[in-house]
Amino acid sequence: MDFTKPTIEYADLWPLLVVFGVACAGVVVEAFVPRALRFVVQTLLAVAGILAALLGTILVARDLDVLGDGAARGTVDAMGTIAVDGPTVFFWGILLVFGLGGALLFAERRLEGGVSTFAGQAAALPGTEAERQASTRGLEHTEVYPLMMFALGGMMLFPAANDLLTLFVALEVLSLPLYLLCGLARRRRLLSQEAALKYFLLGAFSSAFFLYGAALIYGFSGAMGFAQINEAVRDDIGNQTLLLIGLGMLSVGLLFKVGAAPFHSWTPDVYQGAPTAVTAFMAAGTKIAAFGAMLRLYYVAFGADRWSWQPMLWVIAILTMLVGAVLAIVQTDMKRMLAYSSVAHTGFLLTGVLGVQQASELADGEVTSLQAVLFYLVTYGFSIIGAFALVTLVRDAGGEATQFARWRGLGRRSPVVAGIFAFFLLSMAGIPLTAGFVGKWAVFTVALAAGAWPVVIAAVACSIIAVFFYVRVILLMFFDDDDVAVSGEVASVTKPSVLTSATILVGVAATLVLGVVPGPVLDLAANAGQFVR
Amino acid sequence: MYAFNEGAIPVVAPTDADGIYSLLWLIVALPLAGAAILLIGGRFTDKWGHLLGTLMPIGSFGISLALFVDLLGRDEGQRQITQHLYSWIQVGGLDVGADLLYDPLSALFLLLITGVGSLIHVYSIGYMSHDPRRRRFFAYLNLFVAAMLTLVLAENYLGLFLGWEGVGLASYLLIGFWQHKPSAAAAAKKAFVINRVGDMGMSTAIMMFFVTFGSTSFTVISENAAGASETKLTILGLLLLLGACAKSAQFPLQAWLLDAMEGPTPVSALIHAATMVTAGVYLIVRSNFIFELAPDAQTAVVVVALISILWGAAIGCAKDDIKKGLAGSTMSQIGYMMLGAGLGAAGYAFAIFHLLTHGFFKANMFLGAGSVMHGMNDDVDMRHYGALRKMMPVTFLTFAMGYLAIIGFPGFSGFWSKDKIIETALADNWLVGICALLGAGITGFYMTRMMLMTFLGEKRWEKDVHPHESPSVMTIPLMVLAALSVLGGVMLAGDWIQDFLAPVVGTGAHEDPPLPALAITTIAVLVVASGVALAFVLFGKRDIPRTAPQDVSFVTRAARAELYGNQINDGLVVTPTRHLVGGLLAVDKHVVDGTFTGGPIAIGSLGAVARRAQNGFVRTYALSLLGGALLVVLALLAVNLA
Repeated sequence: MDFTKPTIEYADLWPLLVVFGVACAGVVVEAFVPRALRFVVQTLLAVAGILAALLGTILVARDLDVLGDGAARGTVDAMGTIAVDGPTVFFWGILLVFGLGGALLFAERRLEGGVSTFAGQAAALPGTEAERQASTRGLEHTEVYPLMMFALGGMMLFPAANDLLTLFVALEVLSLPLYLLCGLARRRRLLSQEAALKYFLLGAFSSAFFLYGAALIYGFSGAMGFAQINEAVRDDIGNQTLLLIGLGMLSVGLLFKVGAAPFHSWTPDVYQGAPTAVTAFMAAGTKIAAFGAMLRLYYVAFGADRWSWQPMLWVIAILTMLVGAVLAIVQTDMKRMLAYSSVAHTGFLLTGVLGVQQASELADGEVTSLQAVLFYLVTYGFSIIGAFALVTLVRDAGGEATQFARWRGLGRRSPVVAGIFAFFLLSMAGIPLTAGFVGKWAVFTVALAAGAWPVVIAAVACSIIAVFFYVRVILLMFFDDDDVAVSGEVASVTKPSVLTSATILVGVAATLVLGVVPGPVLDLAANAGQFVR
Repeated sequence: MYAFNEGAIPVVAPTDADGIYSLLWLIVALPLAGAAILLIGGRFTDKWGHLLGTLMPIGSFGISLALFVDLLGRDEGQRQITQHLYSWIQVGGLDVGADLLYDPLSALFLLLITGVGSLIHVYSIGYMSHDPRRRRFFAYLNLFVAAMLTLVLAENYLGLFLGWEGVGLASYLLIGFWQHKPSAAAAAKKAFVINRVGDMGMSTAIMMFFVTFGSTSFTVISENAAGASETKLTILGLLLLLGACAKSAQFPLQAWLLDAMEGPTPVSALIHAATMVTAGVYLIVRSNFIFELAPDAQTAVVVVALISILWGAAIGCAKDDIKKGLAGSTMSQIGYMMLGAGLGAAGYAFAIFHLLTHGFFKANMFLGAGSVMHGMNDDVDMRHYGALRKMMPVTFLTFAMGYLAIIGFPGFSGFWSKDKIIETALADNWLVGICALLGAGITGFYMTRMMLMTFLGEKRWEKDVHPHESPSVMTIPLMVLAALSVLGGVMLAGDWIQDFLAPVVGTGAHEDPPLPALAITTIAVLVVASGVALAFVLFGKRDIPRTAPQDVSFVTRAARAELYGNQINDGLVVTPTRHLVGGLLAVDKHVVDGTFTGGPIAIGSLGAVARRAQNGFVRTYALSLLGGALLVVLALLAVNLA
């Protein structure tokens, strides 16, 4: 048997390698740099790494080769396992931007009075002497930065993966650090640890489905690469049952990651329990990466067979929107409400995924479903990171006050913070002149154009239900009585450092600009073109 | 049935704005800037905020008037002007511009909105003079005016939708303006909820426009509408009608309008009588290129309109709250406009004509009611009024002008506009025409009742109430509006309004009504007169008790309860939705859990679940994951292998 030396196209892959390299360097820093300096070194390293990777992504994006018919640009690298094409670099770009926001939120130390929001000593049991000591000595975990960088690297690899094995590896690389990060909250540690454990167990469970699905698809097509699977599907060579069961199981793994119903149940618990900075990073990053992977898998590997997976996705999309929108109404905790709202957003995004059409079916210049989903992800990412960052500011004696009752009358005490939060909520609700409106409009339109009108009607209905719980929070902040005697203790806004403020401000600016002049980003998404095959 | 079209359906084909028309954007920008300054400036603007807020719509009115005069000097073919501000969404072939369209239809709306709007701003200076949050009130009013102007100036449905949402937001803020009153907050919420139903229709329609025509621009759609299938056009028409029903408080989405009277009275006059609630009529007239090609949708408009005319009139007969009585009347009068719009090219111009005259006389009467309330310590119950004509002569006289206009007293503006709609309706279908006639008779009845209970008869107010005339800052707008209510009919002279609007809505084939026009007019006047006479017999001759009698017939009870509109909504929508939410919640929390643990589902009551640190066990979640996976796989197999 011949052995071919694997080739790695470093020129295309170096942004990815920079992120992983910085993550490894972070581990080394933990080992060799004195404790006092670690925070500064780790933060600078992470931020510099992300900026370098962002620069690299731009450079790589600029000289992607145009392929054959001009619809797609890019190459398939590393022996066919990683596709670096227009959509990939777009995903890299937005993941790095949101990763930067996450890093800044991780580094916020002013809100907790000089320490980060992560546990002083994760190994110490909550409520024990060891924990008390850790907090009095001002210990903090700086390992969170390398963990975050590994997760970010995994997220970048996820939508770029071009075969099932790489996809699985990327899934695990992005998930494992997140499981850990979820359990590291400084306050309410039991809740945080419970969330981490749930997330881990369920994540492992869904990964098993995914892996089994991959095996079945291999059994069907005899290959792991998306291109070969596509050929096998097109030629209809294997056992159809294997294909369908495999496809279903792969879908379960991906739908779990994006938080689609009925695989959403972890979302509220984990979003609530995790440190809010992690929630912000995870809510934006995981969803973007998983949608990227899902789009590539469905469009490239199973695009020829879309009639078999679309009906299933119709039902999932409707169910997800309904569950997210309806259950968000009855929440009384800000983070859980945002979690259910993110479930609803998953449903809206799935609506966009359903809008896939052949190039020949598209009118000239019509928005493609890929483009619509990319744009929606950008708008969603900015508003969800901004919203969670704002949640970290509203505090009382026990740390973040996420109960609705504590937010009563916030609009009168801190009009600016409440106003910005209201703006994010309006964008998520899809009110015109915010980014969310253009995003929703884009995904619904492509789905309608592809004939998925029952889903679109459900989506419009759900987006109207969704408006209620967003407006309910706005009412709570601006119109409810903030008389302490009536409503009990209320929270107040703590002034954050420049790191959190910058993240929030960028989120607000992006949400506004994308609503008023969405053109440039829509163009950018259009330029991303199609997936390479 | 309604397809006539001797003249083809006009196409929107505007020319670019130049000269004076390049000021078009300023009409929207002025009140918008006013709202921004007042809201951002905060307390610094408290002293002069209301003056600035009043100047802004007056400035817009000045520009609108100048443009209107210039437009009259143009050739008929040159009367559509568009101004491109910037490209809102532009990708490949898709181009949604932030464009404005100025044509005869929007010209009339601009004058109505900025004209009546300015008067109501002036009036509010007096009406709100003691309110500590007056600056905020003017900020919201400015915001409303800007949004309403966006709505009528937009050149595409997406821009129209932006204004549509904007007026909804402003209306919401203003209904709930007195937020210390729980009833005001509840009313605001109700208006919001019902309007979301309409928005659903609107947004679905817009997406369908985009998918069908590749654009949402009036220009493109009106050019290509004939190429689309009738089914699609009918669906589009019905979706637009759904939006129009919610905004214009037409059956079956009317329930919010009466509650909306919780807002300050100038708001009721501007938003819930003269402008915003007529946006639905505007939408249908603007979309004439859709409705002309979708006769079924037009029939639906007519049916909705007729039900609304009678429904609103019935409410108007029974309410003792002066503002709610007027609100019922508004619903009924908008029904007439909808009827005109539903009758197609023959009726569009009359619908707009009635919309304008109604804007004058209804704003007049609402402001008059506000003036009465101002003198009566904010009491709204007409049973506590009586004989106010001596105490408030100006209010009485101006209100009387509005009254004569709305019942259609010959010569007054409402006479001309309603008569034309009834005539057109009779020409189209005698049943429709008779319903419209009946509505006119009831209008005469309930308005006379209101007049008698408020201004005439014996005084019924308490000793500690001292009715007095309002200051001149409030009465001058009343006089202007009263003059307009009297003279508004002049627009019909020489068929001016039909000719003026013809470039937008076309001219319908003239169908001869079954009777000569003069006979119809006579019959209409007689029907109204009998309504008025009946009211005199019932309310003018007898004493009116200070509290509403309870031993009344079923009909009166039903009318007092707004024909059970709220109960119908509760039964059909609210309760089922509650059950759905409860059910989903139960499934999410109990069923899966209960099944897995084998224990009775009833164990975990909601309270017990809430007391746990978090709401579920991993095993529960894992089970739902497994169940979901099974479902996905089985569904895939079933769909593909079956």
